[in-house]
Amino acid sequence: MAVSQNKLVQWIEYRLPVFSFLDHELNEYPTPKNLNYWWNFGSLAGIMLTIMILTGIFLAMNYDPNVGDAFQSVERIMREVNYGWLIRYIHMNGASFFFIVVYIHLFRGLYYGSYKAPRELLWMLGVVIVLLMMMTAFMGYVLPWGQMSFWGATVITNLFSAFPVVGKDIVTWLWGGFAVSNPTLNRFYSLHYLLPFVILGVVGLHMMALHQHGSNNPLGIDRKGPQDSVPFHPYYTYKDMFGLSVFLVVFAIFVFYFPNVLGDPQNYIPANPLHTPPEIVPEWYLLPFYAILRAIPNKLLGVCALFASIFILFIVPWLDTSKVRSAYFRPIYKWVFWLLVIDAFALGAVGAHRPEGFWIYIGRIGTFYYFFHFLVLMPLIGWFERPLPLPPSISEAVLKKKQKRGGEGALTGVAATRSKP
Amino acid sequence: MADSAHSTTADTHETGGTRRDFLVIAGNALLGIGAACTAWPLVSSMNPARDVIAAGAPIDVDLSSLKPGQQILVLWRSRPIFIVNRTPAELKKLQEPNDTGLLRDPQSEVEQQPPYAQNWHRSIKPEYLVLVGICTHLGCIPEFTPEPGGTLGPGWPGGYFCPCHGSKYDLSGRVFTGVPAPYNLPVPPHRFVNETTVRIGENPPNVAWEFGSIVQI
Repeated sequence: MAVSQNKLVQWIEYRLPVFSFLDHELNEYPTPKNLNYWWNFGSLAGIMLTIMILTGIFLAMNYDPNVGDAFQSVERIMREVNYGWLIRYIHMNGASFFFIVVYIHLFRGLYYGSYKAPRELLWMLGVVIVLLMMMTAFMGYVLPWGQMSFWGATVITNLFSAFPVVGKDIVTWLWGGFAVSNPTLNRFYSLHYLLPFVILGVVGLHMMALHQHGSNNPLGIDRKGPQDSVPFHPYYTYKDMFGLSVFLVVFAIFVFYFPNVLGDPQNYIPANPLHTPPEIVPEWYLLPFYAILRAIPNKLLGVCALFASIFILFIVPWLDTSKVRSAYFRPIYKWVFWLLVIDAFALGAVGAHRPEGFWIYIGRIGTFYYFFHFLVLMPLIGWFERPLPLPPSISEAVLKKKQKRGGEGALTGVAATRSKP
Repeated sequence: MADSAHSTTADTHETGGTRRDFLVIAGNALLGIGAACTAWPLVSSMNPARDVIAAGAPIDVDLSSLKPGQQILVLWRSRPIFIVNRTPAELKKLQEPNDTGLLRDPQSEVEQQPPYAQNWHRSIKPEYLVLVGICTHLGCIPEFTPEPGGTLGPGWPGGYFCPCHGSKYDLSGRVFTGVPAPYNLPVPPHRFVNETTVRIGENPPNVAWEFGSIVQI
């Protein structure tokens, strides 16, 4: 499809080829015709990032980054600022929903082998985004300066003190004082504003890497010709918009009816540096990692395990030795994948409870299994597993499926029902 | 002229580098040094500022109203400082082999205290204990739990219990084994100005000891 014949568009296009770029990347961009609904979560993540940046900018207009005023200024946003409650609740719950979307996106990549060649860098950039998101979310949680803000910041910054020799200096440097205090709040505010734009930059690279070889698909086989793909617009623009509508309904239910369900009531108590709350828990999306930290009774090793649990994702493309991408054709990996999902939920539950009694043992088993999955199962299964035969092409698989169904005419629905995990 | 220029180039090629290689390497090295020099003030600005450090001057605490068995909490350098007046019974327990056998570092060998507090009571005067009240695990404030037994089990000799991750210390801040905290609670520099006034942040005369040399705060 050519760029519009409009004179002004032509004039700009000659000097700045932005219209042909958009046409190429968003309109005619060839996309596998068999993507299922699990492929909606990439664009949802982009929309969540936009919502977070937008609401964040308006919150910043009323927020006071000073230990004496921060808590009050957040309460002022809730009570005095026009629609302040709405903007804050969207931002607060938006963080949770951003993580829900990104975690689903990540597990989709794990199930369909989207990290395999030639998409290794695409995957690694995604892990960088998750890492940046965690840092941003952590610093954002400190800003309201409630009890959980203060003590969460204390516990997390103290993680760095586990490192020998330089640990103490790093922590003092992070704090800018002798404890988490006003300089800490100021710099967290500064970085919390900065990092989303860094994420935006990495998302740009993520998109560049994606559009180089195009999306993976539920069958995990390469597109062999034009018969295997459809143009992005209107097929996936509309599918994404439909998915967005459903997602926004769920999001709105939380924002308007359960705005505090995902938060900790302790954070509505102003920070008190002389009183530790009975239990310090991070936000739900960090609980599995918190469980890994606490599973190991040695401080330095616990911190190392915490960092390793995230950094291990970087080398997943090389840990998985199977040549077949999609778990749809991998009879053993398919089940192991679901064990990892269960393990992640179990670790989340462990992170939410005091490290006492049987929670300690579940935490240790879960942590062991997490690393066992990536370091032992992934390389081994790829080695001895016998994958099912792959279809010759996406379009043939789609047509076969269509015939079986009696010609329902579902253009995008090939594996949507069969391989939907 | 042309000949001599040609032979010069050939000579330098044999020794492994041209004038241009040298200039490129030297230029890049200077660029790197310049980048490091530019980054230094920015990184350094994140360390504690001069007024923050100045606010960490020594403080005097009057102990005349601190009864045996009591603890008070004061702030020094925005850190909670525990001061305890220990009873003779509690002091006796600190030397009990049954209890000290459960400690990770009963002799206080790790530098978590100034040399004048490296003794069985970890203080200058046996009864007055001065501690930085920050768990060496991840920085929570341990709870003063001096009564033996109770919810912490019949074997609990009395001491400190950290609510965050369950670390336990005895009544001189020595850590028990089998808990996540790796070290004893730190003892800050302190000295007695008179019988009942302790100055926190200053060593006794003729002792040079840096608070920064503590392994883990």
